[in-house]
Amino acid sequence: MHDPGNNFDLNIEEISKIEGAASLEIKVRNNKIEDLKFSISEWKRFYTQAIKGKPATAIPQLVARICGTCSNAHLLASIEAVEKAFDVVPSTQTMLLRKLLYYGLIIRDHALHLYVFSLPDLFGKDSILDFDENDPIQHELLDDTFSVKEVGNQLSIVVGGRSVHAPQPTIGGFLKLPELEKLKKLKNDLGAIRPKILKLIKIYFEAKESLKLKAPMSFVSLYSSDFSFLEGAIKSCTSTDPSGSLTSCRMIAEKDLRKYLEEVIIPYSHARGFKFAGNLMMVGALARLNISKENLHLKTKESAQEALKLFPSVNLFHNNLAQAIEILHSIDASIQIIDGLTEIKPELAIKITPKETVGIGVIEAPRGSLYYELEINADGTVKKGEIIVPTGQNQIVIERAIYELVEDLLLKNIGQDKIILEVEKLIRAFDPCMSCAAHFLRVKWDSDY
Amino acid sequence: MDKKLKIGWFSFTCCEDSTIIFTELLNTHYRDWLKKIEFVHARVLMKKNTKKLKEMDVAFVEGAISSDGQEAKLKKIREKAKILVAIGSCAINGSPSSQRNFFNQVNIEEIKPILEKFKYKEKILKVSEVVKVDDTVNGCPMNEIHFLEIMKKFLT
Repeated sequence: MHDPGNNFDLNIEEISKIEGAASLEIKVRNNKIEDLKFSISEWKRFYTQAIKGKPATAIPQLVARICGTCSNAHLLASIEAVEKAFDVVPSTQTMLLRKLLYYGLIIRDHALHLYVFSLPDLFGKDSILDFDENDPIQHELLDDTFSVKEVGNQLSIVVGGRSVHAPQPTIGGFLKLPELEKLKKLKNDLGAIRPKILKLIKIYFEAKESLKLKAPMSFVSLYSSDFSFLEGAIKSCTSTDPSGSLTSCRMIAEKDLRKYLEEVIIPYSHARGFKFAGNLMMVGALARLNISKENLHLKTKESAQEALKLFPSVNLFHNNLAQAIEILHSIDASIQIIDGLTEIKPELAIKITPKETVGIGVIEAPRGSLYYELEINADGTVKKGEIIVPTGQNQIVIERAIYELVEDLLLKNIGQDKIILEVEKLIRAFDPCMSCAAHFLRVKWDSDY
Repeated sequence: MDKKLKIGWFSFTCCEDSTIIFTELLNTHYRDWLKKIEFVHARVLMKKNTKKLKEMDVAFVEGAISSDGQEAKLKKIREKAKILVAIGSCAINGSPSSQRNFFNQVNIEEIKPILEKFKYKEKILKVSEVVKVDDTVNGCPMNEIHFLEIMKKFLT
């Protein structure tokens, strides 16, 4: 029996172990949620404003600074937008190297989220650093945390010059190309972390956490034959029941994505939310596996076949499992690319000739589809830009999920501390990135807000 | 060292790139550092101590200051920390987070409703405009080698 007189206010000012700052306010009266606000509390840095008037060629290195952790996603998405604007087609070698850079990011970024942010929840610990060194399983996971992250880090460093704000990738190619020998050396390191990721997949396959929303929701991601995060067209599918079966799938060209995204102003948040063609929407690893698990690397499909049977899934906690599987895919796909490289050709980056134009670039950032649209003046400077980040697209569904979870916990008469813990776990499962979400600018506030 | 060095890691307005570099440095240094360091505050690593500030030997601060709330928090950190190190370009120079300080009038008018609604400071401040800074690690993201040198200095 729940307590009908249960009244309290919950306030989490700084949600820990996520990227950036977010807060949550819940007002409960008579054991019912009277008000719930999940808000992004990052202070804006107004990047979409700042890029106006700057040369299009200078934009990628500037917008990389929107986010520390997925900086290379902003770099490559904005490079794609500029290349599309000027009809630059990157070489096969450039695309292979970009994919390697990107797999390094996925390994590093997903590992940070799973090991450092999420895993302590499963072990009832506050921090990965609290893992018991005398417990063989925890000791091993502590070591895995840092060795897995390091391989992703090194892959990005070897290809891009640095794992954060990589200086070498540029419009039309690379300013400095990686050394083949260094790449070949990384193959063994990638192979060495593979068993660790199989263990991680098993942990999240066996995890009991579950939350399925009552409302229909659309999953959206790029769909590419090699699950490379960088290429392909957009695919969306909608789930209408908890079985996870997907209906109404459609393919959308990158340039048309904006038409389906409905901007929702959230008055108490520093960031805006989105719906997809009227539905709740979700982007990220769960959406990607729901939509294109058949395109994962062959070896990944073999090694993770049991876990892959769970997809498509509408259990929001399966975003963690999906990320673990994506790390495995990134390892397998990287090894294949490195194996296939016999030389690094001394290609120069393709130059652009300024003209009045528009370019759209979409890639799959670690947390979901990242959209760049740049309008460019005849002199090659940016007239205006639009950047839509994954956490913005997920913001409404995150709040809805928190609402449904808290509603359920209240019915079960769960105490406030436990509610806070469970809510934080849920928010972490989305792996939100607040630095990205609050980068931008253009919000028109209604006067009655 | 008899006692562990108590450190705090704080992020204000920035992309948290130096936090990421710091977590990547843990990849190869955590065995050594865990023996010598007690993390008193680090939102990226743990939940405990996100509310009440504790005494620290060293506070690392990344990011620029956007609001009165951030300014007040930075001053409290200064009170609690024996040494305060500004980390990365936004903390040290304000930039690029302070780019709105240099916007033209058209851009300022566009962002004005947001600045007013959420009570942003008129200008973004670098850390040294608010508190005394004892040391710095420059770069965007921070220079790893310089950071390791500073850590070595504190740990010996």
